[in-house]
Amino acid sequence: MGKFNLSNKYKAIVIGGSAGSFQPVTKLLSKIPKSFPLPIFLCLHRLKHVRHGFVEALSIKSNKPVVEPADKESIKRGNVYLAPANYHMGIELGNSVSLTTDDLVNNSRPSIDVMFETAAYAYRDKLIGILLSGANKDGALGMAKIKYHGGTTVIQDPEESMINTMPSAAQNYTKVDYCLVTEEIIKFMLELNSIYKD
Amino acid sequence: MEEIEIADLRKLTQLIKDKYDYDFTDYAMSSFKRRVKRVIELYKFKSIDSLVDKLRTTPTFFNEFVSEITVNVTEMFRDPTFWKALRDQILPNILLNHNQISIWHAGCSSGEEVFSMAILLKEMDILDRVNIVATDIDDAIIAKAKKGAISIKNMELNGKNYERFEGKYTIEQYFTEQNSTVIVNPELINKVSFRKHDLVNGAVFSKFDLVLCRNVMIYFNQTLQNDVLYKLHESLFRYGYLSIGSKESLIWCDVANKFIVVNNEEKIYKKIKD
Repeated sequence: MGKFNLSNKYKAIVIGGSAGSFQPVTKLLSKIPKSFPLPIFLCLHRLKHVRHGFVEALSIKSNKPVVEPADKESIKRGNVYLAPANYHMGIELGNSVSLTTDDLVNNSRPSIDVMFETAAYAYRDKLIGILLSGANKDGALGMAKIKYHGGTTVIQDPEESMINTMPSAAQNYTKVDYCLVTEEIIKFMLELNSIYKD
Repeated sequence: MEEIEIADLRKLTQLIKDKYDYDFTDYAMSSFKRRVKRVIELYKFKSIDSLVDKLRTTPTFFNEFVSEITVNVTEMFRDPTFWKALRDQILPNILLNHNQISIWHAGCSSGEEVFSMAILLKEMDILDRVNIVATDIDDAIIAKAKKGAISIKNMELNGKNYERFEGKYTIEQYFTEQNSTVIVNPELINKVSFRKHDLVNGAVFSKFDLVLCRNVMIYFNQTLQNDVLYKLHESLFRYGYLSIGSKESLIWCDVANKFIVVNNEEKIYKKIKD
């Protein structure tokens, strides 16, 4: 049994972050093997009017393809999905991604809460939510939703986070399962990977 | 608040279908659920059952419900590169063969896209050669669009988009300030026909050279998107253009082979087959 006591019940991983999250995310993507078996959904706060460049920047060090999905695109296990600029990204029942242009949530579009809540509903207890460094509390409510549905929650250790507002807010909203520094989050992901391989 | 389950939403959409002849059954569930939750919070209903009861007993509430359930967040010149493509590529192409042009904004919301179009056409000096029809499912929002009013706080973003579009002047010159709103100059939109039309249940009513239906079908599931795309296809003259949102796609729908991609980045398609 590994350090994190994980199982192979999980179907997806959602990761949210804002200011200060680019570095941990790229590090994570560079360490997750190409064969990692679950889809990963990324919602990172970004400039609304800049459609290009972000997916490319994340792809440079990633072993897995990073894509901005089209609306209602079917989810493939091996992909990393990045919420596009100026759209909310949600998970539909029936294994597809949906994009919407409705109101800003927590002053953000894409909003982490929107992605986490819809994913929590779609994947129930088979979801892992990871919330990284950020300067507002978007994602905190979403983490509570993931817990409510029986999923597993991880925050980047506020001590390590460049800006700790976001992971700390999650701690205030819910009892977070794991509080980890980036290196440990990587180990967490690798342990998960090894369970699916066995 | 407790979670809204799919079964609850089914009850709601069934009542609406039976009583009001609107069909939300094939709306994309995750966003529809969020909108319903919003209505419940806004009107302080105790549960989704109380909302269903209210709709069952109070027909006058239904229009309000539609206004709140439909998404009316929009901006002028959203995706400035799209508007550049219209100005520099698509409209000049249509003008090669047509003296008069007809344009349909399907799902026009509060009109920002229509105002953008009118400004673009004015700057191309062809506004008087274009017939614009703008439709939406929501009566209240059409009334707002007709007035041409925009909240002042949205003008900063609209102005920035206009700059990125590289318009000829400044956006302010197309508006007059009135209290906390700005009003678009009437000569830009007084020929626009704003009407109520439901993309889901409504019939095809005319043919156009250009149809804009951007970020509207994202609120539908794939079945409904497919049905609506049949109607949009039928609403275009052959060699007419269809524009959808930058993250929408029509590759998987039935009518896909009746279109060619003209601009993949901006999601502009051309109808090549009836």
